[in-house]
Amino acid sequence: MDNKNIRDIIQQNIKKKNHFSDRIMPKIFLFMALISVVTTFGIVYTLIFDSIKFFSQVPIREVFSTNLSPLSREPSFGFLPLLNGTFLTTIIAMLVAVPVGMAAAIYLSQFASPRLRKVLKPVLEVLAGIPTIVYGFFAYSFVTPLLMRLIPSLGAKNALSPGIVMGIMIIPMVASLSEDAMNAVPTIMKEGAMGLGSTRLETTTKVIIPASISGIVASIVLAVSRAIGETMIVTIASGSSKNFTFDITQSMQTMTAYIVEFTSGDAGSGTVGYYSLYAVGLILFVFTLGMNLVAQYISRKYREEY
Amino acid sequence: MKDRNLEDFVLEEEVNSMNEKIEKPVKSQVTFNKNRISRRIVLNNFAKHMFSLSTVFAMVVLGILLYQIVSGSIGWLDWQFLTSNLSIFPEKAGIRGAIIGTLFLMMIVIPVTLLLGVATAIYLEEYATEGRIQRIIKVNISNLASVPSVIFGLLGLTVFSRMLGFGSSILAGGLTMSLLVLPIVVVAAQEALRAVPGFLREASYGMGADKWTTIWRVVLPVSIPGILTGAILAISRAIGETAPLVVLGIPTLIMKIPTGIMDDFTVMPIQIYYWTLDTVLTPEYAYLASATIVVLLITLFILNSVAIIIRNKFQKTF
Repeated sequence: MDNKNIRDIIQQNIKKKNHFSDRIMPKIFLFMALISVVTTFGIVYTLIFDSIKFFSQVPIREVFSTNLSPLSREPSFGFLPLLNGTFLTTIIAMLVAVPVGMAAAIYLSQFASPRLRKVLKPVLEVLAGIPTIVYGFFAYSFVTPLLMRLIPSLGAKNALSPGIVMGIMIIPMVASLSEDAMNAVPTIMKEGAMGLGSTRLETTTKVIIPASISGIVASIVLAVSRAIGETMIVTIASGSSKNFTFDITQSMQTMTAYIVEFTSGDAGSGTVGYYSLYAVGLILFVFTLGMNLVAQYISRKYREEY
Repeated sequence: MKDRNLEDFVLEEEVNSMNEKIEKPVKSQVTFNKNRISRRIVLNNFAKHMFSLSTVFAMVVLGILLYQIVSGSIGWLDWQFLTSNLSIFPEKAGIRGAIIGTLFLMMIVIPVTLLLGVATAIYLEEYATEGRIQRIIKVNISNLASVPSVIFGLLGLTVFSRMLGFGSSILAGGLTMSLLVLPIVVVAAQEALRAVPGFLREASYGMGADKWTTIWRVVLPVSIPGILTGAILAISRAIGETAPLVVLGIPTLIMKIPTGIMDDFTVMPIQIYYWTLDTVLTPEYAYLASATIVVLLITLFILNSVAIIIRNKFQKTF
């Protein structure tokens, strides 16, 4: 009897309570949350919309040619030089970032004492927090002159120097993501290997790395995506030569640098050159998005659960 | 019992005789193993030093970078440099315009990202139920975080500059930058909200508060340190970002100091960019770029220190 009365009171209270805010608030927050989705659609829409205008005016065979001269009297839009420049600088960056980053990750997660880790990790984070424009300045005004002493034929603008500096910029990313993956391997497995008499190196190469390979590969794929999308370093230090060449001591233009060069005032709205920006942007977007999806797929699909 | 002992004895004998037979090979094997073990240990130590050298390499590069930039800025970074307007004469040039431009930009970025970021996080953590909309928003945010910044520039150029007609104003730059750093705030705010223990919410509900009151009066105040930390990290990203603003078409040389959000502007990274490009003609611009980088890095260092202090000092643990 008493019990029922209390229930009635609660029921009455619930009915009396003004639930206006609980009905309206979720909708407001959903609206705000959807703005990020709208942003993505905005990006896809602007890129595709203006790219269509570009591809309707430029034949696809021209796009896959090596002749890029957007500002000449008879403009030609062959994107192969840009793709070439992007991939060469990315490969150079990876040659620096992957070995050094992996070694740093192995050292931090397997060899370093906790006290040393406490010092080293923040330094890597500082390296990761430096704006890319600073790395660009560093590449152009320090690394290029340094390399010129070793390679006299090196141009003032070249693909080698920004590639190396880009690699240095990406080291912390590879290191921290790979380290996370290695730390996620259960201690039991590590202790098992060491209990059987393995050295730390053997434990690392035969147990830790095979067990965390999905995370490591995902970190490398993400690093590639980052290198492809990197803008300021290559814009400053690699220059704007539109030649199709595999000579990394010469100036090359990447896709990102092309976008920056063109928007800095050269192309008026509505010209083919202006629309070519969006076509290049679309290619860039597809590449980086694809890389990220691949990375997510790898870390989800090949993750070993222990 | 006895039988078994006898069996054991026989077995032992057998083993002994076998050991005698293979004594020699066993001995050599032992010495071989010793060699192998020492080789393995040497290899291990060698690898350890290689790995530590690689890690040190990163530190050394950081050291060289800082040394180069600081030594380049000496003699150029002074009060006059901070308070003068832009000039074509290197001795008279300063970054007052760039500093004011950065402050104006932050006046747009901070409120917009905080509002959108925290609201998105509240929706995802508090209101959304497991389902398609929640998954779409989550996947979308993680993908948005990896879109190259130059693409955000193209978005800003099309939507804010051309469609809405903001041109290369502070408003256009600020909105573009806000979208760029939005994922950072969302992820940080999500983590902060998730860290609020369930018993605080339950206590609030138990007192008869409804959901919104609980979020506004209980959950948000507790998670403010975490949200602020994320917001500061997002701001420092926005301060150092160059590419989207260059794509928006910020003019090369701005002598005028901005007074409102519709004015053209310049920020420190843009200033560094143009000075670096122009070192071919005027070598002294390299020193100006160095000096600007020092100011930029000090700003970022202060911001990050504040973030760490907030995280360590005000974060409540339950």
